[in-house]
Amino acid sequence: MPAARPVIVVRDVTKVYGMGDVEVRALDGVSLVIERGDHVAIMGASGSGKSTLMNILGALDAPTTGRYVLDGDDVGTLGDAALADIRNRRIGFVFQSFNLIPRTTALANVELPLAYAGMKRARRRERARTALAAVGLADRLDHLPNELSGGQQQRVAIARAIVTNPSMVLADEPTGALDSRSTAEVLTIFDRLNVQGRTIIVITHEDEVARHAKRVVRLCDGRIVSDERQAPVEGRPPLLMEVPA
Amino acid sequence: MNLESVRIALGGIRANKLRSTLTMLGILIGVGAVIVLVAVGSGSAAASRQRLEALGSNTLTVTTGGFGLGNRGGTQARRIVIDDDDVSSLSDPTLAPSIAKVVPLVNGQSVTASYNGASATPQQVQGTTPALFEVRNLRLAGGAAFTDGDVEARSKVAVIGLTVAKNLLGETADVSQLLGQTVRFANSNLTVIGILKARGSNGIQDQDNVVFVPITTMRDLVSGNSKRVDQVVIQATGRAATATAQLEATAVLQGNHPGSTSNSFLVLNQASLLETQDANNQTFTVLLGAVAAISLLVGGIGVMNIMLVTVTERTREIGIRKAIGARRSDILGQFLTEAVLLTMLGGLLGVGAGLLGSRFEIVGVRPVVEPFSVFLAFGVAVAVGLFFGIYPANRAAQLRPIDALRYE
Repeated sequence: MPAARPVIVVRDVTKVYGMGDVEVRALDGVSLVIERGDHVAIMGASGSGKSTLMNILGALDAPTTGRYVLDGDDVGTLGDAALADIRNRRIGFVFQSFNLIPRTTALANVELPLAYAGMKRARRRERARTALAAVGLADRLDHLPNELSGGQQQRVAIARAIVTNPSMVLADEPTGALDSRSTAEVLTIFDRLNVQGRTIIVITHEDEVARHAKRVVRLCDGRIVSDERQAPVEGRPPLLMEVPA
Repeated sequence: MNLESVRIALGGIRANKLRSTLTMLGILIGVGAVIVLVAVGSGSAAASRQRLEALGSNTLTVTTGGFGLGNRGGTQARRIVIDDDDVSSLSDPTLAPSIAKVVPLVNGQSVTASYNGASATPQQVQGTTPALFEVRNLRLAGGAAFTDGDVEARSKVAVIGLTVAKNLLGETADVSQLLGQTVRFANSNLTVIGILKARGSNGIQDQDNVVFVPITTMRDLVSGNSKRVDQVVIQATGRAATATAQLEATAVLQGNHPGSTSNSFLVLNQASLLETQDANNQTFTVLLGAVAAISLLVGGIGVMNIMLVTVTERTREIGIRKAIGARRSDILGQFLTEAVLLTMLGGLLGVGAGLLGSRFEIVGVRPVVEPFSVFLAFGVAVAVGLFFGIYPANRAAQLRPIDALRYE
């Protein structure tokens, strides 16, 4: 596989909250390059700045200083509409609290990003079905979020994240609200997605989750304190070695 | 505003049924009130227009009595007596070119009519010429009016109003049986040759409690001054000519009666009085409409209030939508559509309620629904939704995704 352009290039990013006396440096000069097809776990205790980093990587928040280049585009220079477009097409979000739209069926939830992308109804319905089938929920299309278990809700959220075929899937503590069985299911889905060539970035504080990643980045007090590679970028995630794709 | 945002907005409205219903009720009442109150206003205007037509078109009335006439302005003006000579002067086209017809009226004072033992005292018993029927738009329910020949011949005939006929025969009787019968008026026997079509009340008196006889017959009946005329009804050559006709009549009468002042007699343009009343009615309609419009405005504020609550409640949802790629315009459109849908639904129901309410008689007025008020009220309701929806929707659209997502 030829070396592709990196998905993410973060250069010397800082994020400062508050003004004057009560200044909090959530990120203090973070630089990070993430290759296409990598499976990265970003770890750290609460207050380490990992959520801030995730918000910046997800184009939900802007850094105070430093550059963030996603897929070749400098995110810092983009306007509101272009940022919405980036979040829509390049990034797939998976949240700890699932964040499905209430009173809206699983299928409609998964369709939503495609609707914002302006896709015709019949086509996006088809793609949403395929995405839900990929996470094993082909038989739960018309269920409302409150009719699904936590694991199922998170799988709907993953389907919603991948339906636009984004450059990367960004997951913030995706298993934080799940039992161990659902956790295993969700992590396996991430591994499979990675095998299919998707870039996965998981923010977590659980070692169990980090074991699935090819690379583990640890944050402490807004700085990167360690960066270990557990498996090569090309190839399977470490825990999926023996399972057939 | 596409189908997708309509579907999302409908979902939002359905999610809080009670709240949406109450908000729509505010708009419903506003729209319904505009339609009903404007209908009441134009209904009462229509009623007064009918009265105007009943008066006869382009007519003036000349009187010498009544309404403190003769001592207006503190000085005792000399009263005059109008007679047949004045009538012929007024009829002269060289003296008064704007006057088309002149109809003299002679009043009988409390003349009692009796028939078959029953008796009645009509409000008015007047001697006149056949031209009156044309000038006053009097139509006959049965029989015929008297003719110029009857006036020449001093025929003992009478045309009576419906109320008089009923007073003589009883409320339920068939009034046409009175045709050709002899009724005793004062000391003379007159043959009923015509019965007038009902005209109802003009708001002051029953227009059907009247009797008309040939002017010559009337003079025989009451004796007295054989040339005296109590009232003259003048028809101008056209609607625009009534004012000129009024001036001409005044000039002719002053010419015929040297020493008289403009206070000696009264040339009354009743149509213009009623037109003033019509204008008052319009003011009344506008006022009613304004009151209703205020309730529509209050309904709009209700929409704004509820949309602000909705936006706050759904801050997190807005965050999610933004995180998966919704633009500001998408969020703006979603909440604006919801606000407009609320007022549109409320407006439609209000139109229904307004049309329904306008079918009933309200404070004695038959409402007349004005199509413009329906469209205006509905249009304003939708505009109110847009106007009061913009602020909450814009507030939602301007939320930063990160803040919205963190909102608990």
